[in-house]
Amino acid sequence: MPSWRGISGRCGLATPLVVAALWPAKPCFADSILAPAGPVGAGDAIILLDATIIMLAIVIPTMLATLAFAWWYRASNARATYRPDWTYSGRIELLVWSIPTLVIFFLGGVIWIGSHQLDPFQPLSRAKPLEIEVVALDWKWLFIYPQQNVASINELVVPVGTPLHFRLTSASVFNVFFVPRLGSQIYAMNGMTSQLNLLADKPGNYLGLSAHFSGDGFSNMHFATIAEPQEQFARWIAQAQAKGEVLDAAAYRRLLRQDISLAPYTYRGVLPGLFDAVAMQKLPPGEGPHASRDGAGINPHGGT
Amino acid sequence: MNLLGKLTWSAIPFDQPIPLFSAAVVILIVVGVLVWVAAKGWVPYLWKEWITSVDHKHIGVMYCLLGLLMLLRGFIDALMMRSQQALAFNAPGYLPPEHYDQIFSAHGTIMILFAAMPLVIGLMNFVVPLQLGVRDVAFPTLNSVSFWLTCTGALLVNLSLVVGEFARTGWLPFPPLSELRYSPGVGVDYYLWAVQISGVGTLLTGINFVTTILKTRTYGMTYLRMPMFCWTALAACMLIIAAFPVLTATLAMLTLDRYLGFHFFTNGAGGNPMMFTNLIWAWGHPEVYILVLPSFGIFSEVISTFSAKPLFGYRSMVIATLFICLVSFCVWLHHFFTMGPGGDVNAAFGIATSIIAVGTGVKMYNWLFTMYGGRIRFATPMLWSIGFLLTFITGGMTGVMLAVPPADFLLHNSMFLVAHFHHVIIAGVVFAVMAGITYWFPKAFGFRLDEGWGKATFWFAITGFYVTFVPLYILGFLGMTRRLQHYDVPEWRPWILLAAVGIFIYLCSAVCQIIQLAVSICNRDALRDVTGDPWDGRSLEWATPSPPPAFNFAHLPHVENLEAYWNVKQRAREESRLDGAAPYEDLEMPRNSPTGFVCAFFATFIGFALIWHIWWLMILGLIGAYATFVVFAWRDVPEYVIPAEEVARIDRANRAVRQEALLSEQPT
Repeated sequence: MPSWRGISGRCGLATPLVVAALWPAKPCFADSILAPAGPVGAGDAIILLDATIIMLAIVIPTMLATLAFAWWYRASNARATYRPDWTYSGRIELLVWSIPTLVIFFLGGVIWIGSHQLDPFQPLSRAKPLEIEVVALDWKWLFIYPQQNVASINELVVPVGTPLHFRLTSASVFNVFFVPRLGSQIYAMNGMTSQLNLLADKPGNYLGLSAHFSGDGFSNMHFATIAEPQEQFARWIAQAQAKGEVLDAAAYRRLLRQDISLAPYTYRGVLPGLFDAVAMQKLPPGEGPHASRDGAGINPHGGT
Repeated sequence: MNLLGKLTWSAIPFDQPIPLFSAAVVILIVVGVLVWVAAKGWVPYLWKEWITSVDHKHIGVMYCLLGLLMLLRGFIDALMMRSQQALAFNAPGYLPPEHYDQIFSAHGTIMILFAAMPLVIGLMNFVVPLQLGVRDVAFPTLNSVSFWLTCTGALLVNLSLVVGEFARTGWLPFPPLSELRYSPGVGVDYYLWAVQISGVGTLLTGINFVTTILKTRTYGMTYLRMPMFCWTALAACMLIIAAFPVLTATLAMLTLDRYLGFHFFTNGAGGNPMMFTNLIWAWGHPEVYILVLPSFGIFSEVISTFSAKPLFGYRSMVIATLFICLVSFCVWLHHFFTMGPGGDVNAAFGIATSIIAVGTGVKMYNWLFTMYGGRIRFATPMLWSIGFLLTFITGGMTGVMLAVPPADFLLHNSMFLVAHFHHVIIAGVVFAVMAGITYWFPKAFGFRLDEGWGKATFWFAITGFYVTFVPLYILGFLGMTRRLQHYDVPEWRPWILLAAVGIFIYLCSAVCQIIQLAVSICNRDALRDVTGDPWDGRSLEWATPSPPPAFNFAHLPHVENLEAYWNVKQRAREESRLDGAAPYEDLEMPRNSPTGFVCAFFATFIGFALIWHIWWLMILGLIGAYATFVVFAWRDVPEYVIPAEEVARIDRANRAVRQEALLSEQPT
């Protein structure tokens, strides 16, 4: 089982090269996936850049050759030799098949190793992770902290340096949980539980959003991901445990209604086993637009 | 019991000025054109020569016309999306979500199924029988049915603008979002029936062309003497036959869920929405190659003709085409690496996907070496082809980037993905169609298109393309996901504004294209193609007059090698005469038939009735469609005769001009 340090270490062959190449563009990419705030994002980004460099090694010469051939063999160039019957060359055929094949062999290795090392289900280290359960709702995110018995809506607060283990499901339609600067995204699907392991190694406020269209309120399904030092995180948990309501069956039913732009808030307690009950479809699914209006099918332009 | 099912006045968007206004304009234009056509007395001509025509050339032209109209419609959607995002920074913009969601769904559906497909199939229709040296496709009336059913689909999609709504689910209606619970309106039903009905048409086209290519080639046209475009058309049609039934079955299951309360893909009751994702991509990925393989064929023809050389490595190209055809069925899972299938599965499909790049890479190099040692003329079709070579290679590269699962974990469903598939579809398919239309236009209409405006179209298109889509790649790196109706991240804004500038540059290209058509029609006498061989072509379509007569060839040609017509021209130059004409005979050609049009007429009512639950109308439509089939099956005279004198007159005239042109050339 590779440690997270191993991931970025082993894939880091091209790092200095890449850093040098991208240096001029650095300010533009300060908030991008190329400026990861955790080892998973770093591992993904390195593989992305490695794959790009491997391919550019043949793409750029091919593009230059295209331009050169097109220009040199223009009809008006008397110095170019016209070879009207030159249609086959065994050597070139061999080259033409072997160059892409060799590149794909090489790339195939990167794909195989990368897919296994950076599998989102793969734990990052032996250290005990912080468990977070994610439920995608119409159109908001519910984050449950089962070990701390609190929950929050549309705000994900995590401690820096602690491995995070997410279990994800959806109460209604498909969504994708994605914090670009932390790395890998993963689907949240009704009736299924997916897993994701992340780690934030820099404090900050990172954009989180859904990467799968989920209906009219989709554009509002973003959340702040606040990575803060352990003490501040503990303080946030303590505050959350002290105020707000309890996420019980009735409160959960209210969450099933479609709404947008909910300001973040927390629950001081969570119905035990709520996540599993959602994932196992023991609780009803998101209401959809039906419940709010009778005969919604007749008026096609109605919102919610 | 409501006689009109779910249809009421509230289906018309009286409260929404944008769709209402655009619908009014479209209706006015359509009515205006119809009145003009009727006033000019052109209705009988249109009915006899076009609407009921079973001539593959006329059907091909109508397919292209439909494709171009829908390309324009889809482009208007694109303009609205880009301008909405440009305005919607910390603001709602001018399109509310329920409208914006319909626009991106319609944009994708229209562009792939009703613009790109008709354009590619249209060129196939026009060119393949000519290149094979035959007089028509295997099943001419079926061909007409295919076309008109595609029209029905396009009509239903556009009707949703005025009556009801279109799907708000994206161009692939993923459940559970597309299930009744989350999409209770008629939008998804419009999608389902429009795609189902036109899908039947596409499947029939696939069967028709596979039969044509396998069974009806001219004398001596062995498989390895077929022009590259025929090979790619064959590969694409085999993909259609294998993939479209999957689409039909998948959409049928979703239809059962929505209409009869089944639970294939629902939340709960044992439904499995992920199965839909699997099935739809088992069609959806081959669909990409259905579009792009014939496009590769077009580029092969154009690059070879304008380099004045045969295609380099023809056998390699055939192998690469069939290789892509086969492997394209083994990669669909790369569309959902991020559902978490695990390392082994992701790695296997990632590697399978990048293996396709081997086939494409081989093709790139073979085009490159076709240019090597050539005498390249930079006519408009060749400009599109070189633009394709330079652009497609990086589009393919970003595709392989997405095929690397860990990279996909960062880029999936982001603007990077949007940029990637527009990159390959615009450079691969749209550029190919533009090259193909410019290349074969003189064959279809007897005059060339204006070169100046054509070149302007190309330069605006390629500039507009880069200025629009490079910013989208960058937005992907900045973490912006697709289909956002509004956003509040300041870093994204400059790039979105730049992309909006880009699409307005692309708009100039569309305007130039329309001007090019108008200018060329006005100057048609100056641009006339007298010989039927305006580009010094190499394959058999250039051996016919422009436009070709209904029977294409007075005598079915005898093919002796790969470059059928080039060979004939070489011999004519050596012997100082074009081969003598054999005696002419009466020719039998298939009679025109309104079957396709009438079938589609009833299919439109069937579709509309199913969408709005108007059951009596659906039953009437079914009876009408079946009756049409029965009437067609009982026809007595399937063919008409073109007398030998008529054939001789047309053929001799063209032969004389052609021989004169060939012999007056300077020997090379």
